[in-house]
Amino acid sequence: MNVPALLRRWWPALVLVVLVLLPYSALPLPGLLDGPVGSPGSLQLLALCLVFGGLATGYDLLLGRTGLLSFGHALYFAAGTYATGLLLTRAGMDFWLAAALGLLAGVALSALLGSVSLRMTGIGFAMVTLAFAQAGSILVQRDPGGVTGGEEGLAATGLPTSLVGIQHTANLYWIALAYLVVTLAAVQWAVRSPIGRVWEGIRENERRVEVLGLRPYGFKLVAFVLAGTLAALGGVVYLLLTGGATPQTTTSDFTLSLLVMVVLGGSGTRFGPLVGGVLYTWAEHRLASLAGSGTIAGLPSVLRVPLSQPLFLLGALFVITVYALPGGVAGLPARLRTRAVSRGAQA
Amino acid sequence: MSTVVLLGVTGLGLGALYFLVASGLSLIFGLMDVLNFAHGALLSVGAYATWWAASHSFGFPLALLFGTAVGTLAAVALELGLIRPLYRRPREQVLATVGVGLAVPALLSAIWGADARTFPVPGVLAGTFTLVGASVPVNRLVLVGAALVVLLALRLFLGRTRHGLVVRAGVEDRAMVTALGIDVRKAFTLVFAIGGAAAALAGGLAGLYFGSVDPTQGSSLLIFGFVVVVMGGLGSVGGAAVACVVVGLVQQFANYYSTAGLGDLSVVVMLAALLLVRPSGLTGRLA
Repeated sequence: MNVPALLRRWWPALVLVVLVLLPYSALPLPGLLDGPVGSPGSLQLLALCLVFGGLATGYDLLLGRTGLLSFGHALYFAAGTYATGLLLTRAGMDFWLAAALGLLAGVALSALLGSVSLRMTGIGFAMVTLAFAQAGSILVQRDPGGVTGGEEGLAATGLPTSLVGIQHTANLYWIALAYLVVTLAAVQWAVRSPIGRVWEGIRENERRVEVLGLRPYGFKLVAFVLAGTLAALGGVVYLLLTGGATPQTTTSDFTLSLLVMVVLGGSGTRFGPLVGGVLYTWAEHRLASLAGSGTIAGLPSVLRVPLSQPLFLLGALFVITVYALPGGVAGLPARLRTRAVSRGAQA
Repeated sequence: MSTVVLLGVTGLGLGALYFLVASGLSLIFGLMDVLNFAHGALLSVGAYATWWAASHSFGFPLALLFGTAVGTLAAVALELGLIRPLYRRPREQVLATVGVGLAVPALLSAIWGADARTFPVPGVLAGTFTLVGASVPVNRLVLVGAALVVLLALRLFLGRTRHGLVVRAGVEDRAMVTALGIDVRKAFTLVFAIGGAAAALAGGLAGLYFGSVDPTQGSSLLIFGFVVVVMGGLGSVGGAAVACVVVGLVQQFANYYSTAGLGDLSVVVMLAALLLVRPSGLTGRLA
């Protein structure tokens, strides 16, 4: 095999090696990151990007692979974060045990609520998942018995010392990377399995799957629980990264941002949601710091007012993506190629 | 007894708000298969327009009219500008409304700030009246009255006019209506205008009900609007009317007689229970 063919086959491994080695790099990326790549601030942002890349990949298991439009994914993410956080701070449990139980809480919750909400199809399903997630969000924010910390959130205590503090950011970064790799592998493996074929069939035409003698309900539930589990795992990693749980992660806006990431990157593709998650998270943080900077403050108010709201820019960007770029960022190379081919055919 | 009456009337007022949101959502979904996530944004636009007009000494009725008009225009612009080019791609339509639903509240909070603004409630509506020993705020009556008027108007429109006939037929079977040579697209814009007007009216009245406007009001009301739509049966205005009364009352009573927040939870639990028994909602329409 020649080098380009090798590269085409093994580039994900190459990218992974580069990502693993990033904490040792002192490369400055002015404009993209505030400090050099290996500095704690940059690593923290990169780790967040990776976690959200993984989350979006897991969410796409529902949206892009099975064709299920769930608006309640935040709930399972928050279940992982809050269950682990509560067990750590209120029950004083060992971190690894708490993390395992938190993950289990996500599995149980997604199995329970999935089995109810999957009785609806299409938009009805979307609304029911939204309602459940809203219930979870209300529960967290109303702070029953003072356990969840309400609006303030929950600061995790009793974390392992090697995972706390600015000097250990690299460890957190590696954990985030591991989460991403696990998610990618799990999604890829599941999609290629016989169940994955049925998911594809359900996405294309659910009625036809029924006619073939299969009950879509069970298959959809497997997808829902798997996606919920991956989200809960992401929640545990997020708890480590931010050192606590915030009620913002329970809201429907959080799920909507996952949806934006997936569509932005390209739904139903292998790396699309990952790219979307990374881009969105990075843009959100950079836009927020840009909004506070002098460049924006000097603009006339017509420009300054909308530009000071990252969510406005991201919402607008999302609408533009839906219009101009139906396949997302991942579909971009193919689109450019077909355009070039059709132009060549015309010439 | 007086507490029960007060809670009942307040619950009905809240239900009226839900109905105004849900009726438009339900019609839009029934006809176009679009779950309009921008409906909360339309509500917020109406709320802020009403607030703006009311604080510029328009007088409350005129301010409400102004807010409703602005909301209607926003809905028509949304339909013509963003939804219409995506007619062959229903999922993208939903996604586009999600984008608008994120961007508009952000824009509102960029212009008028993220904090709640006090709504100038006119003196006539700020008072209370006595009903079976309970002193009930007058504005609850305004809300219920507005919802009843909208329900009646929608009934008359859907049942007695030609456009209403097209909308009803389109909800039943859009392909058939198109095959009969009727341009359903006009009906699409029409239901968006109606839905936008109702949502904006709800926005203005929500300002009256809560005494303030803030950018996130729309999205929180929208979620209960969704609950009402699903419970009532998708595409059914009558079902939404029944469901909103149930949701509003259950929420108020449960919030008062147990810890705050449990009412919101019990509504969701009720929805889940209903779906387990009847997956197609109260009116038996298929999702």
